[in-house]
Amino acid sequence: MQSRRDQLVAAVIILPSIVLLGIFVYGFIAQTMRVSVTDWGQEAAMSLKPEIHHVGSANYRGLFSGFLNMRFRQDLTNMFFFTLLFVGLSLLVGLLLATLIDQLVWGETFFRTVFLYPMSLSLVVTGTIWRWMLQPRGGINVLPTLAGLPAGQFLWLSSREQSLTFDWSHIFHYICLAVLIVLALMAYGHWCQGEKKRLRSKLIICAVLVGILASGVLTRIRLLDYPEEHGFNKALWGVVIAAVWQMSGYTMALYLAGLRTIPDELREAARVDGASKFQIYRYVDLPLLKPITASAIVILGHIALKIFDLIFAMAGPDHYPTSVPAITMFLKTFRGNELAVGSAIGVILLILVSLLIIPYLVNSFSTGER
Amino acid sequence: MRTPRWVKLAAVCGAIVLMFGAVANAAVRGRLEIFSWWAGDEGPALEALIDKYEKMYSGVTVINSTVTGGSGVHAKAVLKTRMLGGDPPDTFQVHAGQELIGTWVVANRMEDLTWLYQQEGWNKVFPADLLNLLSTEKGIWSVPVNIHRSNVMYFIPANLAKWGAGVPNTWEEFLEIAPKLKAQGIIPLSVGENWTATHLWESVALAVLGPDKYEQLWTGKLSWKSPEAIKVWEIFGEILKYTNTDAPSLSWQQATDMVVKGQAAFNIMGDWASGYMTTTLKLKPGTGFGWAASPGTKGIFMMLSDSFGLPVGCANRENAIAWLKMLGSRDGQDTFNPLKGSISARTDSDLAKYDAYLQSAARDWRTNKIVGSLAHGVVANERFMNDFATVMDIFLASKNAQAAANAAQAVAIQSGIGR
Repeated sequence: MQSRRDQLVAAVIILPSIVLLGIFVYGFIAQTMRVSVTDWGQEAAMSLKPEIHHVGSANYRGLFSGFLNMRFRQDLTNMFFFTLLFVGLSLLVGLLLATLIDQLVWGETFFRTVFLYPMSLSLVVTGTIWRWMLQPRGGINVLPTLAGLPAGQFLWLSSREQSLTFDWSHIFHYICLAVLIVLALMAYGHWCQGEKKRLRSKLIICAVLVGILASGVLTRIRLLDYPEEHGFNKALWGVVIAAVWQMSGYTMALYLAGLRTIPDELREAARVDGASKFQIYRYVDLPLLKPITASAIVILGHIALKIFDLIFAMAGPDHYPTSVPAITMFLKTFRGNELAVGSAIGVILLILVSLLIIPYLVNSFSTGER
Repeated sequence: MRTPRWVKLAAVCGAIVLMFGAVANAAVRGRLEIFSWWAGDEGPALEALIDKYEKMYSGVTVINSTVTGGSGVHAKAVLKTRMLGGDPPDTFQVHAGQELIGTWVVANRMEDLTWLYQQEGWNKVFPADLLNLLSTEKGIWSVPVNIHRSNVMYFIPANLAKWGAGVPNTWEEFLEIAPKLKAQGIIPLSVGENWTATHLWESVALAVLGPDKYEQLWTGKLSWKSPEAIKVWEIFGEILKYTNTDAPSLSWQQATDMVVKGQAAFNIMGDWASGYMTTTLKLKPGTGFGWAASPGTKGIFMMLSDSFGLPVGCANRENAIAWLKMLGSRDGQDTFNPLKGSISARTDSDLAKYDAYLQSAARDWRTNKIVGSLAHGVVANERFMNDFATVMDIFLASKNAQAAANAAQAVAIQSGIGR
C-alpha cells in the first residue's frame, strides 16, 4: 500500500513539470511544424487573423532547391564545417589541457579556474571581444609587429575566400561520400577492437555505398538546374577560434573529472606490468575516457548546430561567409516576415540536433538497463 | 484705483481658456507606452520629448519601452511578437514608408491619420514628396519626427588638399580620382558591414538612374533586369574596387573613422555621421570635416525618417494622439532634432537651433527633389529588404552584375514590389 501511495505522490509532484513541458516544448514544436507547411508570410502576415494556406512541403523544397534560398544552403555548409572544426578542436584542446593539468604538482586549482573562466562569459561578450581582436587592422594581426615581424594580413572574419567547394546540385553524392567515410572510420575502430561481427556488417554497407558511388546514379540526380558552388569559407576560422576559446575549458573540466574517476589500482597494475608513463596514458587513461568524449561530442555538437549569438555578435546578421541556419531563421521570421519559412528552418535544425542526440540517448538508456 | 473693466474681462476669458485647456489636457490621463529602439546616443533626444510631453499632459505616466541593439532588429522582433499576440504598444517607432506600410498597414494594424494631418494643417508644412512616401491610396500612416539624409559624402578638406584631390561631382570623376589616391596608399572610399554597402548602392543607383527611374524601380515600372539597372551593379562593382578589403568587419563608425584618421579619402553615409563627427569626435562642421551630396545626386535629397503611428486597438488611444500631435508640431520637432542630429520634417523649422551641417541639410530639404532610401525602409517592404541583403552579399562575393540583377528581380517579384 505504502508503495502505491508513494507512486501517487511522485506522479502528482512531476505532473506540473510534465504539463508545462508538454505545452511549452512539445506543444510549440508541434505548432512550429504546423506553421512550416503553410504559406504564412505573404503580404498581410502581421494581421491579427492572417490568411494562411496549407502548402505541403513547398517551404522545405524551396529551402533546398529554390533559387533565392542559396543563402540557406551556404548556411548549412557553414554549419557543417563549423561543427566539425569546433567539436574537433574543443575536444583536442580540452584533452590536452586536462592531461597537462592532471600532471601538475601545484597550481591545479588556479589553472583550472583560468581555463574554465571563459565559459562563464556570455557568447555575446565573447563574440564582441573576439570581433575586436580579429580586426584586420588591429588585435591579433598586429601582434607580430611587437617582435619586429611584419603585421599579419589574414582578413579573419571578412575574408571571402572559399575552399573545398562543391556543387550543391550533387549534394546526395557528397552526403553518400560523408556517410561512407564515417562508416569506414567506425569499421576501422571495430577492427582495432577485434569485433568481427560488427566489422563485417559495416564493411558490407560500405561496399554497397562504394557501389552506388561508382555507378554514378547519384550524380545524375540534380537538385538544381544550374551549378551552385558552396564550400568552406575561410572567414569561419575566426568564429571557430572564439568558440573553441570559450568551450575548450569546459571540455577540459569534463576530461579532468573523467581522469579523476579512473581508479589508481588500474594504473598501479599497469605500472607493475612495466608500462611506461605514456603507455599508461595511451592504453589505460584514453580508452577509459571514451564515454566522456561521447557526451562531450553531444554537448558541443548541439551547441554548434544551434549557434546564433556568437556569430551575430562577431559578424553581424548579414555576413554571408559566416552565416548559419539559426541566423537566417531569425531574419526570415522577424525581419522578412516569412514566418512559415522561418519555421521550416527551425524544424530542419531540430531534426539535425535530434540526429545527434537521439542515438546518444538510446545508447545510454540501453547501457543503463543492462 | 479700480481695475479697468477690460482687464477683468480679459482675466475672466483667460481663466476660461486656461480652464478649458486644463480640461482638455485632463482628458488625457493614465498611461502612454512608447516603443522604440532609441537608447545610447539617441536616448537624450527621446528623453527631451518625453519630458515635454509630461509637462504638457501632467496626468499621463509615460512608459518608455526601449529595446536596444542591432539598429532596431531586436526591437522589431519584439514588436512583432507583441503585435501578433494582440498586445500593441500605444505607439511605436518605425521607419517611415514601406517598412511601415508593407508590414503593418497591409495587415490592417494601423489607423489612418489623414484627419490628424488635416486638423493640424500638416499637409502644408510637410513637403509633398514626403507625404507621398508616407501614404497609400487609403491614407497617411505615420507622423515623421525627424529626417535624415542618406546620400551624403564625407571627407576631410585638409587631407584632400594634401593629396591633391578634389571632391568628385560624378562617379566618373570619382573613378578618375580614385587610382591617383590608391597610388598614394590611400583607400579612396571606405565601406563597412553589409548594410553600409546597400547604403552606398542606393546612392550609386540614384546617380546612375536619376530620380525618376530610381522611383520606377520601386513601383515595378523599371525591371531590375533592364540595361540601366544592370549598369548600376556594374558601376557599383567598379567603385567597390576602390574600397577597403576589411569592410565586413567594420561598423559604420569605423568606416567614418578611416576618413577622419586619413586612411581613406571619402565615405558615403547617412548624415548621422555628421552628428558622430561633431559630438563624439569634436570636429567642426565645414572645416574639421566637409560634406557634399554623393556623386551625381546634387539637388536630390534621399531621405529616411523615423516616425510614429497609431496602432489599431492600442490601450490609450487619446494619449497616443496627443503624443503624435506634439511630434508633428514645430516645437516638438525642434526639441527633438537638434539633439538627435537630424532635421525637422517641417519646412518652417527654426534653423537657429541647428548646427552648420543641419542648416545646410534643412535648406536642401526645402528646395531639393525628395526620394526615399532603400537601406532604411522607405521604398521597399521588409521582405524585399531582408532578401536584398543576401543579393548584396552574393554580389560582394561574386561581383557578377547580371547574376545580382537576376536575383534582385526574383526578390522583387516574390516580395510583391509594384504589385
